[in-house]
Amino acid sequence: MAITKEDIERLADLARLNLTPEEIEKLTGDMETIINYSMNKLNELNTDDVLPMEHVLPISNVFREDICEKSFDREEILKNAPEKAEGCFLVPKVVE
Amino acid sequence: MELTKLTACKVADKIRKKEFSVPELTQAYLDRIGELNEKIGAYITVCKQDAGKQADNIQKKIDNNGELPLLAGIPAGISDNICTSGVLTSCGSRMLSNFVPPYDATAVKKLSQNGAVMLGKLNMDEFAMGSSNETSWYGQVKNPLDYGRVPGGSSGGAAAAVASQMACFALGSDTGGSVRLASSFCGVVGLKPTYGAVSRYGLVAFASSMDQIAPVTRDVADCAAVMNSIAGHDPLDSTSRDYGHEDYTLSLKSDVKGLKIGLPKEYFSGGIQKEVKEKVLDAAKVFESLGAEIEEISLPLLEYALPAYYIISSAEASSNLAQYDGIKYGYRTRQFEDLVDLYKKTRGEGFGEEVKRRILVGTYVLGAGNYDACYNKALKVKRMIFEEYQNAYQKVEVILVPTAPSTAFKIGEKTADLLDMYLNDVYTVPVNLAGLCAISVPCGFDSSGLPVGMQLIGKPYDEGTILRAAFTYEKYTGGNGGIDCGI
Repeated sequence: MAITKEDIERLADLARLNLTPEEIEKLTGDMETIINYSMNKLNELNTDDVLPMEHVLPISNVFREDICEKSFDREEILKNAPEKAEGCFLVPKVVE
Repeated sequence: MELTKLTACKVADKIRKKEFSVPELTQAYLDRIGELNEKIGAYITVCKQDAGKQADNIQKKIDNNGELPLLAGIPAGISDNICTSGVLTSCGSRMLSNFVPPYDATAVKKLSQNGAVMLGKLNMDEFAMGSSNETSWYGQVKNPLDYGRVPGGSSGGAAAAVASQMACFALGSDTGGSVRLASSFCGVVGLKPTYGAVSRYGLVAFASSMDQIAPVTRDVADCAAVMNSIAGHDPLDSTSRDYGHEDYTLSLKSDVKGLKIGLPKEYFSGGIQKEVKEKVLDAAKVFESLGAEIEEISLPLLEYALPAYYIISSAEASSNLAQYDGIKYGYRTRQFEDLVDLYKKTRGEGFGEEVKRRILVGTYVLGAGNYDACYNKALKVKRMIFEEYQNAYQKVEVILVPTAPSTAFKIGEKTADLLDMYLNDVYTVPVNLAGLCAISVPCGFDSSGLPVGMQLIGKPYDEGTILRAAFTYEKYTGGNGGIDCGI
């Protein structure tokens, strides 16, 4: 499987990652190495009759009573915000 | 008496007998950190004042002859991906280089309820992605036994701190072998609990289906003591299980008579260092001489575990790390045009190379055109590996293998070759994929004097049996006798 510079640029856009031209160059080669090694190896195995296994634990839903409890104070949570104003997270303008 | 040389269990006894005080002990560790941390780089944050206060409080209880919890007064280090209220939790990343959590991880809370004194936060590979602790934003951790070598990773700070007596024990995390590999390279004991045995609440997520908080200790008895205090169900983690965990210290019996131990031949061939193979096979002979039944078994899917692991863990990482966007907490870029530009620059500047690589791999395998061919394929292979171990445990109770194919390698030696670096985890990742438990125990040294680690792999929730086998071996061989770093 060939991975191109354009593939990396598209993936980086999807993953919201700004990459420098040098990073794109290097990661293109790295990705090809990793994906080809992994998939060539895994494709040696016939898995036609195997179900994918997401979780090793035999659990489905875990329920609890729906009870209101005290949570963190707003100020406490906002302490880590890069920018805040009037008790809210401050973000750049989203809607024109 | 050098206080920092004592194991947690010995310290606990001496504190109760008032041979020395908790503040004295804590100060001895802080002095040691002051002397060595600059060279080794194990700690990102040292909590001098808080540690002092905690130590004073515990000592007051002792002086009043109060009831003492298990780990009362024992100084410990915590990996920097485990949340600590009011103390920087950076994950070794620029992205979280300003993140001060408002809460404690459940494991940290339990340690503190048990009276442990937190010395500080330990360095690690960025977001726990790495095998050599070379990817941290806070710099390389060095192997205390040889400063030119890596301590293993990702929990390199945890293993290096315990080995160099900068912590009596530590908590790290193990997603693909991080705690076991680092413990093996530094000559200490590391246990990866069964998935669900220890709450993940407050552990910064890397690959949620495999992450576990894991203890690093000087010896097996300490490991059982730490497990006792951190294991158990937590309503805040719906994947933690209520399995009524036993008192692990009851497993510390010197007895392996009739214990069926499997040696899978695939783990002893290929690119394994000769001395590693020899030392682990020697350990098998020790078990046999003590009455265990050694049986050669076969786990032919071993070679498929690593690629499956990298596909699955990267997929989960790309989803988990989507939360770092520069809005609610963590790093935010200085200059940007609009919201999307803010996201992209924040993430481009905040993450290091290895993290970016894995986010891209994850984004690729989860993409609409590749999901079935890559991600689902890996999940199918995971089931095959899971079943292969289930079958093996029909025949044997414990599986004995090397922890890593080699001893600690030189800093920079493997950074140029990705696959060579990833291969360090070849013997540890099957345990995480299959949800098993495993302990890495020192079993000798190579000709350069570097420690070799062996891994005892147990059935899910059978920590008791691997602890018993490890304890028996350690007792018989004298363990490492407390590694002397010569420093």
